[in-house]
Amino acid sequence: MTTKKQSLAYIISASSVGTLIEWYDFYIFGSLATVLSTKFFPTDNPTAAFLNTLATFAAGFVVRPFGALVFGRLGDLIGRKYTFMVTLMLMGGATFAIGLIPSYATIGAWAPILVLTLRLLQGLALGGEYGGAATYVAEHAPAERRGFFTSWIQTTATLGLVISLAVIMATRSSMSKEAFDEYGWRIPFLVSILMVLVSLLIRKNMEESPMFEKAKAEGNISKNPLKESFGNKLNLKYVLLALFGATMGQGLVWYTGQFYAQTFLLKICNLDDIQTNMILVIGLLLGTPLFVIFGALSDKIGRKGIMMAGMIIAVFSYRPIFDQMYKTVDVTNKTVVPGSEKMILQGKTTTVTKEFTDGSSYKNVITEVSLDKTESKISIKINEKDQWTLVAYVFFLISFVTMAYGPIAAFLVEMFPTKIRYTSMSLPYHIGNGVFGGLMPAIATFLVSNAQTAGVVQKPYLEGLNYPITLISVCVVIGIIYIKSAKKAA
Amino acid sequence: MNLIKRILGIVWIGLGIGAGIYLIYFQAVPLWAKGGNDLVPAIIYTFVLAPLISIGMSLFGFYSFQGEFDNI
Repeated sequence: MTTKKQSLAYIISASSVGTLIEWYDFYIFGSLATVLSTKFFPTDNPTAAFLNTLATFAAGFVVRPFGALVFGRLGDLIGRKYTFMVTLMLMGGATFAIGLIPSYATIGAWAPILVLTLRLLQGLALGGEYGGAATYVAEHAPAERRGFFTSWIQTTATLGLVISLAVIMATRSSMSKEAFDEYGWRIPFLVSILMVLVSLLIRKNMEESPMFEKAKAEGNISKNPLKESFGNKLNLKYVLLALFGATMGQGLVWYTGQFYAQTFLLKICNLDDIQTNMILVIGLLLGTPLFVIFGALSDKIGRKGIMMAGMIIAVFSYRPIFDQMYKTVDVTNKTVVPGSEKMILQGKTTTVTKEFTDGSSYKNVITEVSLDKTESKISIKINEKDQWTLVAYVFFLISFVTMAYGPIAAFLVEMFPTKIRYTSMSLPYHIGNGVFGGLMPAIATFLVSNAQTAGVVQKPYLEGLNYPITLISVCVVIGIIYIKSAKKAA
Repeated sequence: MNLIKRILGIVWIGLGIGAGIYLIYFQAVPLWAKGGNDLVPAIIYTFVLAPLISIGMSLFGFYSFQGEFDNI
């Protein structure tokens, strides 16, 4: 029994570490998007600027379902272990290569093309990784504790984001701003290769999933997983149910709670970037244990109830929470410290600073881009008490994420048979998370920007939430009516 | 419950088609006309979200209407 427990702990650790590194690799691109855009995508070249937007907002996410198909098929044909070794190498290689690409100033148009290509490879690799790791752990775990064991895999996406933010903050603080802009930004990409090599060594010694081995020994391996998964009405209906009744809402809860919270604080509330990342890191770390708690709870009371409860609470609390977050940072109703307002003119740049009686400060750098165009960059710093208030709001958002996301791996694994499991569960997961969820921050920011321009709604900063609230609501209705409520779906 | 599922099947088909029309005519077409960086959301609406939601939801609704989700 002890040996079995140890081996299960090893299996979970080895699988989770690899998946965590893949998430880290995927997220550092997004977290360093501003620096990358200046190095590889100059704004004076419209094509490069277009590729930038594509690479930053869409390509890596949209391509994930294709990775799910390619690697899911491989995983069902040749095994889980070899497939997620390949995805790890692909992700590590692509990330390392991004750190080596010469800038646009050195190689011209090749720079944005190479970055976009490598970003696509990252998306493909991630599309193959998650399903493999979740399936692998689930197929080792005892059925009655599957939710608990797979929930460790569920923590990796959040921890990957935390580590990416921490590595970036550590690199930034270890050198001057100029040095970071010059070469320092490459370090988070390059160190990834060390983590990937360690993970590959660990994974190399793992054995194939017992369920897959058994199916293989019995000759019960699918010959054409894609055809059996999506060409067969009996299975396709479950794929559609998994997508519209679970992963669509779960993906939106995940990306609204973690990524849109960051985008909202940075771009819509104009909160200082270091303060935003700090708030996010603390909120994420406080919330992470809940993945395991809700995963374990799903073994006792069922997956559906917890996932649906997380989505329902999210639908009803998003607007009040984001409204309070906005009001906490907003300085329009705060009192300015007399004499603190300053304006400094330096060439084409005007810097306006103010301090407020509650300890907040405001800085607006206005740059004259052309005769009739100026660019404004506002940065607000809040006091410590308000910072902790925002940590609490982020924690609430993360707690809904953990309810919707904690049990999802076990739920998806139990929905499909062993021989086509990798393919069948990966596709709805990556459409829900990669497409509906991954595009959420960009779409929501776009909706807020439109609402601010139109000026017809009272709180334009909340308009971005209409997208997740609408789709999560549809998902909840489908989930409640169509998904079986038993403790174990299959 | 099975009757509700079958009736809802028609709702999902309508919702899928309606969402596709809304995303293409009211969201994507104006962005295609603007060009530049607005082409990125236009591409996403036209080639990713609209087909995914309209075809996926309609198929889901069709199966539901046919009774494929009865007793599950």
